[in-house]
Parts: sequence; C-alpha cells; structure tokens
Amino acid sequence: MKRTITVVRTGPQALIQDLGRPGHAHLGVPPSGAVDPDSIKLANRLVGNPETAAGLELLLGGTHITAEASCTVAVTGPAVEVRIDGKLADSHQPLHLPKGSTLEIGTPDTGLRTYLAVSGGIDTPPALGSRSTDLLSGIGPEPLRDHDVLELGTPAPANGADVVPPLRAPLELDVAILLGPRDDWFDDAETQLRQGVWTVSDRSNRVGVRLRGTKLNRRDGEIPSEGMITGAVQVPPDGHPVVFLNDHPTTGGYPVIGVVDRDHLRFLGQARPGTTVRFRPMRVSTTGPHR
Amino acid sequence: MLLRRCGTDALLVEVDSLIEVAAVRAALQGLDGVEELVPAARTVLVKGALPQVREALATVDLTHAPETRSREVTIPVSYDGPDLDLVADTANITPDEVVRLHTGATYEVAFCGFAPGFGYLTGLPDVLQQPRLDSPRTKVPAGSVGIAGEFTAAYPRATPGGWRLIGRTEITLFDPAAETPALLAPGDSVRFVVA
Repeated sequence: MKRTITVVRTGPQALIQDLGRPGHAHLGVPPSGAVDPDSIKLANRLVGNPETAAGLELLLGGTHITAEASCTVAVTGPAVEVRIDGKLADSHQPLHLPKGSTLEIGTPDTGLRTYLAVSGGIDTPPALGSRSTDLLSGIGPEPLRDHDVLELGTPAPANGADVVPPLRAPLELDVAILLGPRDDWFDDAETQLRQGVWTVSDRSNRVGVRLRGTKLNRRDGEIPSEGMITGAVQVPPDGHPVVFLNDHPTTGGYPVIGVVDRDHLRFLGQARPGTTVRFRPMRVSTTGPHR
Repeated sequence: MLLRRCGTDALLVEVDSLIEVAAVRAALQGLDGVEELVPAARTVLVKGALPQVREALATVDLTHAPETRSREVTIPVSYDGPDLDLVADTANITPDEVVRLHTGATYEVAFCGFAPGFGYLTGLPDVLQQPRLDSPRTKVPAGSVGIAGEFTAAYPRATPGGWRLIGRTEITLFDPAAETPALLAPGDSVRFVVA
C-alpha cells in the first residue's frame, strides 16, 4: 500500500507544484510550476528528494497535514511557525513526522508562498511531464481541498544537511528588468521605468503580479499575438503593468516593455499586496536589424 | 527580420508574414538546447541556445516555406453553429456554400495559443475571412468551430471567445493525459469534413 498524507486543512490555497512543464508553449500550454522554484528545490533537497519532486505550494500557510505513514518533511519559503503535534519545530530543516502525527504550518509574517516537501514526493499522475496545478489552463491536479489524501513516492535517504536562511520578503522591492522586446512602444521606456513607483495589487495571482501606480505611456493599438515568457512585463492600454508568473498565457497581444531578471522574479512572486515595487532597467544592445 | 531581446535567455524574432514565421520555425526546430519555440502571427519566440539560434538565423531563407513532414489531421464538423447564417449573410452566400468553402480548403496550423491545443489555422477562403463578433461570448462550448480574420479554429475547451461559430466537432483537441496531448501542432495540415 502506498504511503500517504492527509491534508486536514488546506489554508487559503494549497496547490501541488513541482518545477512545471516548460517546453510545451508551442501547444498553448503554460509552463506552470512553483512560483518560487528555489524554495521548492531547497525543501526537496532537505528531505532527500530530487529537486524535481512535487510538493505543496501554500498561499499564506495555515495548512495542517497528518502523516498516515512515517515521513520526513521540510517547510521553506519565508520564515514561518511550524508545529508537530503542538510542539514548536523549525522551518528550513528536515523534520521527522511519526506515523499519525500532525504538522501545523502557521501564517508567515512576510511573503506569500510557503513550500512543503515530503520524503518520496507527492505522487499524483503527471500531465505533460509535471504534477503542477496550472490555474490558467486547468492542466494538472485540482487545487487541494480539506481532507484530501495524497499518495507519496518512494523515499530516498537524505544526503547531508543544507543550510539556507528563510526567504526575505521586503516591503520594498528593487527589481532588475531587461528592456524589450517592445520597449519601442513607449516614450523613453527606460526613464519611465526608472522614475515610476508601483505597489503590488491584491488582484495578483499565479498568472501575473498586477502593479498599480505610475501609468506607463504607450502607443495605442495591439500587436498581433506573440509568444510570452515568464517574467515578461505586459502593459495593457490602461498603462498598469502586469508581470507574468508561471501560469501566464503563452501568447499575448499587449506590448512587453521588459522582462524581469530571473533571480528577482521569485521575490515578486513572494510579494504581498501593498509591497512597493521599483524597476531598475538594464539595456542590452542586441536589438536591431539582423541583416 | 528583426531580433528583439526578451530577457536574458530568449529572443523574439520578428518577420513580415506567416510564411516567414514558418521558415524561421523550421530553421530553429530541433536545435540542441532550445527550450521553447513559439511561433505566432508575425514572430517566433525562442528560448535557450541563443548563440546557435543566431547562427541558424544568419542563413535562413525567408522566401521559401520549409519542406515539413507535417501530420495530416481531419476534423469532422457538424455545421450547425449559431453564427452560420451571419457568416453566410456577410459573405453574401448560402449557409451550404459556407460549408462547401470551409470543407473545401486545406489549412495549416500557423501557431497555437490562447488555450492549450487551440490552433490558429490559415488557408481560410477569402469570403470567410470575417471580423470577430462585436461582443464576445462569455462561454463558447468545447468543440466549437469558428472563424476570425484570416484564421479558423476549433475550441479545445469551453472558454470565453469572440469568433464567429459555424459548427462543432466531437473530436478531442487536447487531452493532457494522452501521449500526444494536442491534436494540432504548428505545421500540421488540417481538413474539415462534414460529420
């Protein structure tokens, strides 16, 4: 019989996530996967899983799990209170859950997304090579509900410790952004980005981080739909930028003023509504006629 | 051809026509290290292996549509869509003639997007190239077959949509659990037949 855990309480949103299903954008399939990939990879390493194993992405924590079999777990992301059968334990450490014990994950003081890895990984059937829930296209498992039972894969022995401090989710973010591909749709895109200031809107989700604040002046009209990548900053006619996260549509018709640096994107994905965002534009002089 | 920087590891290749898009896609298909290759109406997005991509693009012949070993897909359609009469009126022909024209052409999947398995098919006869509805439907049923501008398509699942709907198909267009999840991929050749 398979080892299982029971999600007694999901909290605001609990999703199965791994590193997603890149490579299918030409079929209209979003990449999906953990918004903060470094955190799910760390959680997996801590419990001896390959980094690609599926775990849980928990929006604002608040999740209770019962181990139906003895297992090792790790909770990563922003610093968060963790208890096993009521006793305080540490996040960012491997924790042993005896059979029948309950893990309670609190609500982090900062940041948005907490990650939980379980030894053996969550073993739901993969779709297009990934177990991730894609909220835009509906591919992958449904969002979890209270009392869902999840099967686990075969655990491997953990190989050594891995010490990483909890993710810092500051109240003000300074985000590096590479101009283009459609910065020419804007009057002096670089200055507009550098001088603007935004806050993260509460209408943000796994599709994108919506920013409110300085309106970006752009040309009118639409571009024939073109391919989009994670981190692209799309600017609709209202001038309010949207930074695409993992469940973004694969094509879009609004101009992309720039693409957020990969290492900075996870911090945007962890930014709570109200977080202040400034952009630090960088230009790479590789645009221009090819021949 | 214009190469537009798209983050640190992707390029948006901009060209002038769907034929040039097909030529660029064919030149980059199967290149080692390419993670994503996303053709669209006037662009190809390519992620990964940028030095090799630039090299391949330096010699691409944009004037010739590539020889491709495309799959041939047949889609059976019941031509009873809610906009069939509107399409016929707009074209100043009968609904039967709409069906004859739509089934008479051979289409090519120019690109996919909007939703998983949603293929934009080119090759639509001129009189069927018609604008979207003034007001999009909040829910277009799965399997609906529609036209919009130079494209025709079948909706893989129920979504909002503004295309003029001329029929519906029972065929599965996208199944994430299948070995080949999408019925249609860029470059495929498609015909519609009366179900």
